Amino acid sequence: MRRIVMAIAAAAALSIPAAGVTASAAEEKELLLFNWSNYMSPDLLKRFEAETGIKVTLDTYDTNESMLSKLQAGGAGYDVVVPTGPTLQQMIKDGLVLKVDAGTFSNYKSVKKPFDNPSFDPGRAYSVPYMWGTTGLVYDTAKVAGGKIDDSWKELFEPRQDFVGKIGMLKDMGEVITAAEYYLGLDQCTEKAEDGQKILELLEKQKPAVKVYNAEGTVDRVASGDVAMELMWNGSFHRAHAKLSSIVYIYPKEGLNLWGDNLAVPKGAKHIENAKLFLNFMMDPKNAAEASNYTGYNNAISGAEQHLKEDLRNDAAFNTPEAMVPRFRPLQLCSKAALDLREKIWTRLLR
Amino acid sequence: MTDAVLPARFTLWRFDLWRFPGTRAVAIAAFLYLYVPIVALVILSFSAGDSSLARWEGFSIHWYLDVLGNADMLRAIRNSLVVASGATTTGTIIATMAALATSGPRFRLQSGFEAMIGLPLIVPDIVAGIATLLFFVMVGVPLGIVSIMLAHSVFAIPFAYLPIRARLQGLDPALAEAAADLYATPWQGFRRIVLPLIWPGIAAGAMLAFISSLGDVVVSYFVSGPGATTLPVYVFSMVRMGVTPAVNAISTLLMLASIALLTVSYLLGRRFQ
Amino acid sequence: MMGSLRRAGLLAPSVLTIGLLLIAPLGLMAYVSTLERGATGGVIWTQHTADAYVQFLFERDLADRLAVNTDYLHIFGRSIAVAAITTAVTLAVAFPMALWMAFQPPRRRLLLVFIVTIPFWTNILVRNYAWILLLRNDGVIDWVLARLGLTGQHIDVLYTPLATTIGLTYSFLPYMVLPIYVSLEKLDRRLIEAAFDLGANRWLAFRRVILPLSMPGVVGGAILVFVPGLGAFISPELLGGAKSMMIGSLIQQQFGQSRNWPFGAALSFVLLVLVLLALSAHAARYRRREPKP
Repeated sequence: MRRIVMAIAAAAALSIPAAGVTASAAEEKELLLFNWSNYMSPDLLKRFEAETGIKVTLDTYDTNESMLSKLQAGGAGYDVVVPTGPTLQQMIKDGLVLKVDAGTFSNYKSVKKPFDNPSFDPGRAYSVPYMWGTTGLVYDTAKVAGGKIDDSWKELFEPRQDFVGKIGMLKDMGEVITAAEYYLGLDQCTEKAEDGQKILELLEKQKPAVKVYNAEGTVDRVASGDVAMELMWNGSFHRAHAKLSSIVYIYPKEGLNLWGDNLAVPKGAKHIENAKLFLNFMMDPKNAAEASNYTGYNNAISGAEQHLKEDLRNDAAFNTPEAMVPRFRPLQLCSKAALDLREKIWTRLLR
Repeated sequence: MTDAVLPARFTLWRFDLWRFPGTRAVAIAAFLYLYVPIVALVILSFSAGDSSLARWEGFSIHWYLDVLGNADMLRAIRNSLVVASGATTTGTIIATMAALATSGPRFRLQSGFEAMIGLPLIVPDIVAGIATLLFFVMVGVPLGIVSIMLAHSVFAIPFAYLPIRARLQGLDPALAEAAADLYATPWQGFRRIVLPLIWPGIAAGAMLAFISSLGDVVVSYFVSGPGATTLPVYVFSMVRMGVTPAVNAISTLLMLASIALLTVSYLLGRRFQ
Repeated sequence: MMGSLRRAGLLAPSVLTIGLLLIAPLGLMAYVSTLERGATGGVIWTQHTADAYVQFLFERDLADRLAVNTDYLHIFGRSIAVAAITTAVTLAVAFPMALWMAFQPPRRRLLLVFIVTIPFWTNILVRNYAWILLLRNDGVIDWVLARLGLTGQHIDVLYTPLATTIGLTYSFLPYMVLPIYVSLEKLDRRLIEAAFDLGANRWLAFRRVILPLSMPGVVGGAILVFVPGLGAFISPELLGGAKSMMIGSLIQQQFGQSRNWPFGAALSFVLLVLVLLALSAHAARYRRREPKP
């Protein structure tokens, strides 16, 4: 009996220091990565570990806002985060990311223009490019008579009967509101209350036809037929298309978002040198190609094209046809008043 | 008494009255309702196909092998075990002390104290998660394994307290008195007499606390930090992403682990009796 | 005998732990609900405002005028309704089930209790995920119905309040069965025998003897289902989708995407108050029922 008590006391005494010892010993060769869900190739991480001996731990989030929220809520301690351009711009302004001077890294020369000097991070002082892509409209041709719909946001916001109740939307404030703005012909960064009112009315009218608002799990819900129409990122489309060939990606004529995600090192990171190694690693053409092949998104590295998979290159969602390029609308960082307006619309919509 | 007086025929008829019509049907339907989802999950986890659909595409265990080789998941399992061990140990020790205190003569604030012990069970887990998160943020405790362990210790206490208290109540007070009469110090009396006798209660309480810590999702979700994901939180983010055969496999493994733990604790309990 | 000093020493750790890690945080949460929200999340510790509570009932429309907003009340209403329906359904299923179990031979009874509790001991995620598999379009139920040729379309149940209710009833059924079973099992059979002896039929015996005596179990089970159902988070999150939000999901959103901590804290506080009210109402009724010494 006594031995059992001793054993438990010993176990207790050991369990707490054990957690501490492993932490401090592994601090040298560890990297805590905070990324969007389903957005990082596990093979790529394994390759990084093999090359550098640094063990990578991956935690995930579903939107930029959730990532920011977690960083505030005592989530300091991540070494690499993956903000989209405007979010990165805001983080730089607020001092939430560390200066790494990626422009001096060995692989920086492989970065294609204009990604090497974006407006949200001139000279890549704080970040390196990860994936870039577009947010368009996806639908299942098998679910609509004639198999074809207009390439317009109208099909999403004022859907035909075939799609009512079968629509999936990203639970992402920026994506949904900007799509509505393009459809209504409003400025991406509008601050006007009347504009906001129009957007809100459009979204509220659409709401009964929407089945689910979720920025995660788009690939599975489209591939399984849970939704027949989806506001979707083009890489997710590519992966869903591999499972369900009857879906199609549309570049709406009113304009669609062109965004770029970046790897940055947040304030409070504990393994800054490892983070820099990782950032440099991701600028290598072979690695960028591997990331593209896994996620289905474009990369910003020259020399990666030759390593891309065949089906990726042939996908019109990935390889945008010339005629569609003018429809791109790069995502911008809007003023605080504009962002506040978006918040108000979003909270009203999604209670 | 009445059985012997009444004729046999009458007794039989009366026994028949114990059966209430329809209850058996409802009970069977309810058992089916409880088990069909689980059985479906287990069956589908062996489906060989790559698709996440409910179709049976041939038998395969490769999803299980996939899952068991997943480094992130193994790390999450390790984190869960570390957190549960720490929280259980702390919680059980504290609960034992509290049970000892309340099993003596009743003291003035005892009902208030007992209400406080039960508080973690009453507060909705999302409220507890939020409150603990805010507290850690304000005090500046970095979120990680230790923060989750602290949060779990709180509800380990009432889980461990109940069986220990029950066991203590069944104890003959004369035994402790006898020890005191024989010049034993309170600590010796505890160690030599009381502790061995309440040991089954402590073991049961520790097991309850351990299982509840392993299964906690909501509080862990809010207070986990970088790299400190526990298994339920990891599975939660996978499940939110969607249905995949890998998630089916993980879920089945989780379920088997919980059932194994429960069976072990049940057998341990029987053995100690 | 236990000296009061020694007793204080034994009580101190639990008081400190629960006080510091639960009671103080709850107080902090109430305090946070009175603060101003930070621009990118978090709170501004030095600025106070009642905005969080105002937001609960009112809103500033896009032109910044105050207007009554019933939407959060709707969410609370929906949560109460779902919790109440869940309680009612579990009661309707659990009572006959417990009745049947309680009148089984003793050996079998233990086995049945074990069988009822096994699903409960699996992780709550597993319990809800299994229902996603069953309820989704092209899921198991859909597929079975299609194979049987019963319906031409998808069942479209997932991501509705119905799915949430199904998930909650599934998760909480054991909580209702066990208390009722315990109070039925403890019933003195002689009372029922006496009723029969006095010429009662089954229905009368049930209504006049069994039902009243099982009330403590019923009420206990109802509390065990209603209270957690109100603050449920996992089931609405996985099965309900963002359109049938309940309080739990709403609170989580404030600490996630919406980055409105004070509002989240205010919602949590209101939920906590509701729960405590429900519990004290139960305690008060129960105390009144006990015979005075």
